[in-house]
Amino acid sequence: MRGLISFTSGSLFGLGLLISGMVDTNRVQGWLDIFGDWDPTLAFVLGGAILPMAAAWQIAERRKTAWVGTPIPARAEQKITRDLAIGSAIFGAGWGLAGLCPGPSFAALSFAGWQGIVFAIAMICGMLIAVPTKRLRFFSSEAA
Amino acid sequence: MIEQSFIYGALGGLVIGLAGAVYLLGNGRVMGASGIIGGLVDGSGRSTLRDRVLFIAGLIAAPWLALTFSGKTAETNITSDPVILIVAGVLVGLGARLANGCTSGHGVCGISRLSLRGIAATVFYLLAGGLSVLVFKHILGVI
Repeated sequence: MRGLISFTSGSLFGLGLLISGMVDTNRVQGWLDIFGDWDPTLAFVLGGAILPMAAAWQIAERRKTAWVGTPIPARAEQKITRDLAIGSAIFGAGWGLAGLCPGPSFAALSFAGWQGIVFAIAMICGMLIAVPTKRLRFFSSEAA
Repeated sequence: MIEQSFIYGALGGLVIGLAGAVYLLGNGRVMGASGIIGGLVDGSGRSTLRDRVLFIAGLIAAPWLALTFSGKTAETNITSDPVILIVAGVLVGLGARLANGCTSGHGVCGISRLSLRGIAATVFYLLAGGLSVLVFKHILGVI
């Protein structure tokens, strides 16, 4: 059952990213281009996505367990840590530079040509670099 | 006048939110693309390996099937500059894993739970993304 749920969710996610235009790097960069020709489309994407998700959280927190019986993930400690702040800033810089984030880069793998594959491989390398980086004292010690 | 891209954006957004709802209410997991992919590549998500592989399989296959059967093409407008692709890819992968989430995990799933960390991450990556486009497009002119 878990497998079917995962596949269904991944498929819906991919279709949503395709329909919304999140796989179009021009749209993403247009959204971030507040000093140029600003494109507000992504606000509609985020707004549209938050609606069903907010309802899901309401249901989840009342039911305590998911359909397969696993507990609903607990809220992470609400502390803004260095890794969260610096990691998000690094992520944002790359997102603006190429106009792609992890979900859309994978959703577009079948039609983004060699460029999409190069980006995805580089992203995976970045994820591997994150493992030793996260162990640095600077990140493991204290909050930002 | 409402542009067509806004309607497709909202419609696609609803489907993205539905995907997150299915993952949360079905499997009890937060749907974050960087977490699902990252846990697979660095081995930290070994216990949920099958979920991750099947999620990614659907994520790649569904858009491909939709385009194949509809006969439509999707515009990615992706750059062909290998340096930009590699630098941006590394930054996206490193940053998302350091921050424990990206646009889907912190943005969609975090904001909708009114999570302070999710909202803070979104503010940080939106500011950095805006600054990145400003610098690389308008100042340096490389994108």
